[in-house]
Parts: sequence; C-alpha cells; structure tokens
Amino acid sequence: MKKFSVKTIVAIGIGAALFFVLSSYVAIPTPAPNLKISVHYPVVAVMAMLFGPVAGCLMSLIGHFLSDLASGWGVWWSWIAGSAFFGLVMGFLGYKLKLAKGEFGVKGAVIFNVVQIIAHLIAWGAIAPALDIWIYDEPAEKLFLQGVTGSVGNILSTAIVGTILCFAYASTRAKKGSLKAEK
Amino acid sequence: MIQLFNYIERVSPIHRLTGASKLACMLCWVLAAMITFDTRYLILLTVCAILLFGVSKIRVRDVKVILIFSLVFLFMNNALIYLFSPEHGVGIYGSKTVLLHLAGRYSVTEQQLLYHANVVLKYTATIPVVILFISTTQPSEFAASLNKIGVSYKVSYSVSLALRYIPDVLDEFHAISLAQQARGVELSGKESLIKRLKGATAILMPLILSSMERIEVVSNAMELRCFGKEPKRTWYRERKFTALDYGTIILGFVLIGISIALQFVNGGRYWNPF
Repeated sequence: MKKFSVKTIVAIGIGAALFFVLSSYVAIPTPAPNLKISVHYPVVAVMAMLFGPVAGCLMSLIGHFLSDLASGWGVWWSWIAGSAFFGLVMGFLGYKLKLAKGEFGVKGAVIFNVVQIIAHLIAWGAIAPALDIWIYDEPAEKLFLQGVTGSVGNILSTAIVGTILCFAYASTRAKKGSLKAEK
Repeated sequence: MIQLFNYIERVSPIHRLTGASKLACMLCWVLAAMITFDTRYLILLTVCAILLFGVSKIRVRDVKVILIFSLVFLFMNNALIYLFSPEHGVGIYGSKTVLLHLAGRYSVTEQQLLYHANVVLKYTATIPVVILFISTTQPSEFAASLNKIGVSYKVSYSVSLALRYIPDVLDEFHAISLAQQARGVELSGKESLIKRLKGATAILMPLILSSMERIEVVSNAMELRCFGKEPKRTWYRERKFTALDYGTIILGFVLIGISIALQFVNGGRYWNPF
C-alpha cells in the first residue's frame, strides 16, 4: 500500500488529536442540543487538503469518535459519519487546490467555499439526519433544525476561519516557479 | 497532564477483561440498542448495564460529572423532540390515547410517553456501557484492542498517536492562546462573533504550523525505525484472551442476535402494546 505512507498515518493521528482538542475545549454553544459552533472543521479542512482524502476521512472519524467517547453523551455514529464525509470531501479538494505548493488565490477561495458549503450541507443536512432517523427515529423537523444550525455554524466558521487559514498557510510556502535564474 | 479518559484503577472482573473483548462487547451492545425499539428489551439492557456498573466497582460519584452532563443532554433532546413533534408516538403506534390535554396541538398521550421512554432507554442502555468501557480500559490498551478486533494496525497506530498527542496539542493550544491574548486577541463574549472567529485564526495558524512540524518529526522518527515494513506488529499492552473474554464477546453477539430476532417477532422495530 503505497498511499498509506508513514506520514499519512502520523497526520491522521495528529489531525485527530487537533480535532479532539479543538472540538472538546474550544466551542461556542448554540441553543440546539449536541451542537456548537466550533473551529475544528476549518482546521480539519486544511489538514485534509494537505494530506489527502484517506487521511482527511480517518482523522475526522477518529477525532470525532474519541471526543464522543470522552464527552459522556454516548457515541453518535450519525454525526461521526458526517464528520468523516466532510474530511473525505475536503481531502479530494486537496488534489485540485495545491495548498502545499503555495497556490491559493481568489479563485481558490471561491472553489474552497463552494465545496465546503456543499460538503457541510450534505453531511449535516442529509447524512447525519438520515442515520439519526434510522437509529433513533427522531422527528424529522427536529433533526432538520439541528442540521440547519449545525450546517450554518460550521459553514460560517469554515468560511471565515478556513479561508483565512488557507491564505495564511499558502503564503508560508514557496510558490512553484518563484525562483528565477539570474541572467 | 490532564486526565483525558477517566480511567479508574480498581480490582474487578471487568478490569481484568482485555480491552479487545470489552471494546467488541461495547460496540455490539451499542449496535443492539440502536437496532431495536422494543421497550422491554431496552429495559433489560438498561438493567444489565447498571448491574455491570456494580460489578466493576466504579462508583457513581467517580463518574458524576459525565453522568450529569448526559442527563442534561438527554433532557434537552427529549424536550426538543416534544416541542417539534408532540404526536410523533401517535404516528408510530397508530392509535391515540389522550391522558391530558395541554394547549393547541400539545397534549400528553400514552403513545408519545412510550416513544419518549424508548428514546430515554436507548440512552440509558448505552451510556453506562460506554462510561464503563472508558473507565475500565487503559487508553494505551485501546489501540492494541482495535488491532485485535480487526482494524488494520496502521490505523490502530494512528489512534494510539492521537491519544498520545492530545495532551501535547492541548498544552500547545493553551500556550499559543495565552500568548495571543497577551497581544490583544479577545475570544470571550465581549467581542462580536465575527471578531471572535478572526481571533481564533490567530491561534489556529501557529497551531497548524507546529502540528505540521510535529508530523514531520514523528514520521521521520518512525520511518527511521522501519515502521510499516511488516504486515503485523505486536503491542506492549496486548494480553491473551481468557475464557471470560470469549464469554464477553459471545454475549455481545447474543445481544445483537436478540435485537434482530425481536424485529421478526414484533414485525418491525417497535413493540406495540396498543
């Protein structure tokens, strides 16, 4: 398995640790239960873009699983699946936007935001509620409210924090072709 | 160093079980409670879960905080369900027995109460088991357990790395956060939401960069030690299965089996007494 390099394994581990710390200790609560505006999704988005879809998917899955396990509200597989999906999508986006090569302009920011909004909407508006309906048979209206608050909070934090992080990270990398031969 | 997972050292049969069998049994238990909506079976699972608590010698006050947290969460979730769909149970059980009329579309019906009982029981059947698992399993045994129940050792090692570096990342986060606050970044409710989110990036960027460096260092160290060259690996915390371990795993599968069997007996996921 060439794709599963040592670096990917470590990135999954550290990414999951970041997810855990940011989701458990840094959060702005919202009125709906099980939900808070949190800054771990933008960070996971950046990490997933840098290390690919497998790493993105697994780091959010493990991070979310561990934080659920430690939190005391039980393990919510529906929301874990949503997180894993988001990490996966952002990982695929990393193939298109090459952050590590310092390429992130206005066009990149637009693509990043369109993709993250769609990924969040599918994760919290479709995947998580569908699984919740199957597992707990909760009323769809309630799950819809949770999904909407979750998506709005996550989209907002990914749009603001994530875009700034992408610009900042890209600017720390040397751009491809930034060196010129002296004549 | 923070106490991450609430591992509590005691001498009990549950502590003596290997992490792998506990993990397998916990996952089966949670799955069994997920599948079924049979109130009787959920009550049985809840009673068993509470009995196991007694066997493990973990006292309620050891896990008080986590327990209060789940109770508050449980209450809010139920309140929200009722608020949005006061007739949800009526739709599920196909009959309506009004006990008390409140106002508008809100009334107390037997069916709705039973549905809420189901939701509550789904929590009470699983939460004690999850708490029991984390308070009787050493975190360092967790990764070895994952590998043993069939997760690839590379992924298990990622979990192990995550557990190892959570305290480090947390320390680092605090250090960066204090440094940025000293420079005037405000994260509390005094600032507007947008400003707070912007302030968060001032902390997150150094955190990402230092994490990238950490990934580099750790993966180089692992590569130098030829990590991943062999198809298998051993674990320091791994233990041999005993008869009790096999019993625990079988119990897990039996629980799922009962859940599935009840689907056919009840002709659906719900047990309908009405």
